[in-house]
Amino acid sequence: MSDFSEHADAEQRDVERPAKCELSFTVNGTSRTVLVHPMERLLDVLRHELQLTDAKEGCGEGECGSCSVLLDKQLVNSCLVPALQAEGANIITIAGLTDGAQLSTLQKAFLECGGAQCGICTPGMLLSARHLLDRTPLPTLDEIREGLAGNLCRCTGYMQIFEAVSRAAKEENARRRTGA
Amino acid sequence: MENVVGKSMPRKEGRDKVTGAARYIDDMTIPGMIYGATVRSQIPRGKIKTVSFDPRFDWDEFVTVTAQDIPGRNCIALILDDQPCLADGMVNHPEEAILLLAHSDPYLLRKAIDGVRIEYEPQAPVFSIEESERQETVIWGSDNVFKTFLIEKGDVDEVWSAADYVVEGKYTTGAQEQLYIENQGVIASFDAEHGLTLWGSLQCPYYVHKALMALCGLPAEKVRVVQVETGGAFGGKEEYPSMIAGHASLLAMKSGRPVKIVYDRLEDMTATTKRHPSRTRHRTAVSEDGKILGGEIDFTIDGGAYATLSSVVLSRGTIHAGGPYYWPSVRIRGKAVATNMPPHGAFRGFGAPQSLFAMERHMDRIAQVVGLSPVEIRRRNFLKPGQTTTTDQTIREEIDLEKMLDRALELSDYKAKKEQFAQEDPRANTRRGMGIAAFLHGSGFTGSGERYLASVVGVEADADGTLRVLVSSTEFGQGTNTVLCQIAAEALGLPYESVCIAQADTDQVPNSGPTVASRTVMVVGNLVRSAALGIRQTLLASGLLRETHSAEEFRAACAQHVAGHGVLRSFARYEAPEGVFWDDQKYRGEAYATFAWAVYVAEVAVDLSTYTASVADFVALQEVGRVLNPVLAVGQIAGGVAQGIGFALYEKVVWQNGRMQNGQMTNYIMPTSADLPPIRVFFEELGNAHGAYGAKGIGELPIDGPAPAIINAVEDALGMRFDSIPLLAEDIFESVSIRSPGELLATGGK
Amino acid sequence: MRSDPADYKLVAPGRLEAVLSLLAEEREEWVPIAGGTDVMVQFAAGKLASRQLVSIWNLRELKGIAVASEEVRIGAACTYTEIRQSDVIAREFPLLATAAQWTGGIANQNRGTLGGNIINASPAADSLPALMAYEAEVILVSIRGERRMPYVGFHTGYKTMQLRRDELLKTICIPHRFDGYTQYARKVGARNAQAISKVCIAAVGRISGGVIEDVRIALGSVAAVPLRLTEVERTVQGNPVGPEIIARVPRMVAAAIQPIDDIRSTARYRTAVASNLVVEFLDKLRASESTP
Repeated sequence: MSDFSEHADAEQRDVERPAKCELSFTVNGTSRTVLVHPMERLLDVLRHELQLTDAKEGCGEGECGSCSVLLDKQLVNSCLVPALQAEGANIITIAGLTDGAQLSTLQKAFLECGGAQCGICTPGMLLSARHLLDRTPLPTLDEIREGLAGNLCRCTGYMQIFEAVSRAAKEENARRRTGA
Repeated sequence: MENVVGKSMPRKEGRDKVTGAARYIDDMTIPGMIYGATVRSQIPRGKIKTVSFDPRFDWDEFVTVTAQDIPGRNCIALILDDQPCLADGMVNHPEEAILLLAHSDPYLLRKAIDGVRIEYEPQAPVFSIEESERQETVIWGSDNVFKTFLIEKGDVDEVWSAADYVVEGKYTTGAQEQLYIENQGVIASFDAEHGLTLWGSLQCPYYVHKALMALCGLPAEKVRVVQVETGGAFGGKEEYPSMIAGHASLLAMKSGRPVKIVYDRLEDMTATTKRHPSRTRHRTAVSEDGKILGGEIDFTIDGGAYATLSSVVLSRGTIHAGGPYYWPSVRIRGKAVATNMPPHGAFRGFGAPQSLFAMERHMDRIAQVVGLSPVEIRRRNFLKPGQTTTTDQTIREEIDLEKMLDRALELSDYKAKKEQFAQEDPRANTRRGMGIAAFLHGSGFTGSGERYLASVVGVEADADGTLRVLVSSTEFGQGTNTVLCQIAAEALGLPYESVCIAQADTDQVPNSGPTVASRTVMVVGNLVRSAALGIRQTLLASGLLRETHSAEEFRAACAQHVAGHGVLRSFARYEAPEGVFWDDQKYRGEAYATFAWAVYVAEVAVDLSTYTASVADFVALQEVGRVLNPVLAVGQIAGGVAQGIGFALYEKVVWQNGRMQNGQMTNYIMPTSADLPPIRVFFEELGNAHGAYGAKGIGELPIDGPAPAIINAVEDALGMRFDSIPLLAEDIFESVSIRSPGELLATGGK
Repeated sequence: MRSDPADYKLVAPGRLEAVLSLLAEEREEWVPIAGGTDVMVQFAAGKLASRQLVSIWNLRELKGIAVASEEVRIGAACTYTEIRQSDVIAREFPLLATAAQWTGGIANQNRGTLGGNIINASPAADSLPALMAYEAEVILVSIRGERRMPYVGFHTGYKTMQLRRDELLKTICIPHRFDGYTQYARKVGARNAQAISKVCIAAVGRISGGVIEDVRIALGSVAAVPLRLTEVERTVQGNPVGPEIIARVPRMVAAAIQPIDDIRSTARYRTAVASNLVVEFLDKLRASESTP
């Protein structure tokens, strides 16, 4: 039997619907202000309010990591962050780690080693790799595996991603030593 | 000496992918766009009695589409055309689409789905191959059977009397979800003047084109399908996109607004296609010295509620059922049956992973019965050049499977490890084992399939000498864009950078066939080469170019030709090679233009305190004709092996009443970076007369072998038979507890 | 996304007293959200019962790891990453650091909190067995003041606990009691990372002259709540670890736990593995004496 009584409160609730709020944060170096509901997911704020589509939705439950962003330098799954909690934060997506025409060492390594196939996991994977290398400049294979375990890739079987991260780590370290 | 082909040229669209600039369907918006969603069946089978709409919603705000609104034929045109686009009076599987809604507010839309209440008159459903075969309940046609095939060679009925051994076995594989990380999505837009445009995440623009023509009652020139950057597919976006495209198109036509439909993970997993579950029975006559005399193979797949692609999956599975072995006599019966599950569909391997799992497990069984090693039994039965396959196809290339086996064993340190493992304490916590799988995969469409496709490829040259490849073959990570451009560049002696590839837009590119069946590099690549050479021919013929020319001269010639004659284009159409014969009735002859061959070796460790099997090392050796791009080729193999490991040990679809219960990434388990072993990839290259620059197809090959190699290794480690995948820790536990009920303790150390 | 953000209130008063005032409101219920790694999953699935949320992320009073003379005090809103980075936890309570490493991937460890793990009270929560083994105590706070209780009695049933409607979990206290103890933890999941546990064990023990002087064994995912195996502990305490004791473990473990068949695993499997892991711990305990 159809029973629509659970919607009985809907009309009432419509009157009391919580208002949107104005939130400001920095995204990829630029100050942005949005008018959103506080429970809107940061992922949706980025993609819909700000039209920054490089963070992707793969699962909506924090398993696949394709929505990963850096929030105040910490890797987080943006599908699990409510907008209100990102207020005042410094948010970086992969676009923010891209310096115009210049590809970073990590991005180049991914291209050379075959770390990106279909590319949908790649923005999140690159941010996770960046997060790892910022804390562990010369990671072992096991440390790479652990660092990337929150990013699912269905195409590569991970081998060439590990290679890319390893190569980038060595190059970055070499450059650091020579002060380049 | 080649300049471009054979080298790891960088991925054409790679820069966009590593900078976040790549645009997938959910990254796109069209002005005026609204969102579409699907109301789906909550029961597996029955009549739709009533559909009612919650009066709390203002339904005038919504676009609503039912089967009655379909302008053309209510079907997803594919092969048998038995699958409706929208259920009309009857539903045949959980999550079957019944009704469509669209609205500008995606959140409200979500609520509105729950506001549509459907009452059903349930009918008895069927959920397994065995139930379907019993035919107590007939849910499709007259007998629940979508398709059968029969392959017969030699005289099977005579082999039993001569046999020293008769070995039997039954092997089953479960459904597997493709789990592309990008969910299915499309945007449709319609106006009466231009017709219908559909952008989507898809493998086969012309499949969708054909389906939309039929569904929407539109002529070919009024339907345009454009593939956008696609985040993984693996077959899951071969035929299913026609359904979601149909839905968005109907909403767009009714509303006059562009409509986007993108699934979330739960809807994608529960409503779309999966790998066909299978059951294979083997009965084999074997001689004293371990040679296969003949046998019967009974290969059955569960097609779900509608026929869709089951006949083709069945075809490939049936043809591959005999593996890379010589069968003097064989009878192979293939059958696809109906159940009330969402239709199963294309997934990398396409029937071959299922039947090859059975064959390779069975070879180890035969070895045991006869008293030979898994290595020796294979040596004695491998196909040799000059011998014929189960369909009587003569192997014409100089493939030496014994030598490949030797090499794989050496690369994996098989012998030393087997000896070492055999000496390890049988009561230790960790038991280790080695397993082998030898197999083959036919490249391209079966039999007369390629002839029927009659693929056409174009190459266009601009005034500045840049080439553009025009194909409907799509990129979804496997490297289509890159390799086809490499081929065109090589053909004309041009730098790789001067070749690009057009977007797969049916308004812009000819139909080079679907991007499936490991055909793209081999078949379409060959046509790209021809079409590119056609450009050269045109320039030579018009006197603008000499036989030997530089890239500069080529550019100049193009500039002149375009200035004088306009667009410079060349087309090539597929022509079947001479002397290739296939009998569709008897299912006999040259099934494929060529086979790729492989021997895989898995090292497995089983932890007996948790009963968990994991792969510790994996060697993948394959003969692939010619490696056109080493980095991409290695990536294909590693990715396919990873999916094969998932198929064997991790990925289980939990069904209840025909519906997938674990439709989220938390509970459908694919391997993470912490789970996979080093996957060591090696190639051999025998060339291929029928493939571009000698290449064979490699996309699907790597998923055919890992599962049996792994399960063979588990059996080696534990001395227990497992004939069903996925093999989970719980399954190993049950087997161990039967063997030693009083010894459920891990007894490490004394 | 199966919820409409427009239907939800989320406020972040930023001060503990303001949060506690909201929790004390009679009329309507406010549910705290810290890092959101559980709440937001429910939200996205359309399964979040509450429409009013109050953010406790970064509340000063809920953060920090403080070392006092008798115990270490962990703020409930400490993330798994902060727990992993703590020297004192690594040194004295390694099982908790290990559990933090198990939970999700790095991104989820940066947001998930110890308090969230406790209050979400999934029977499969990774940190809870370690807290049980370490005899943690919890401090709960409301506008009425603070109260403190042993963690071992905190969970009373499936997702029910000794938390009053107006209370917030503030601090988790672990006594400096396990220096020199053998420590053992293991999680069994469907894969090596990002897995919900099928069985989870945390155990500490001290052995001298071959005899078990002190032992605590806790299991997760084998009942509606995390369990201390008090019967097993009582039996092995004061005894040498030998074949006789080991032989009794399976039956004792089976009697103590109530595992179920669910989407991830089976009761039979969980029982067998739980038993194996307890034996593995006892073996490790025995071996620890011979290893310097």
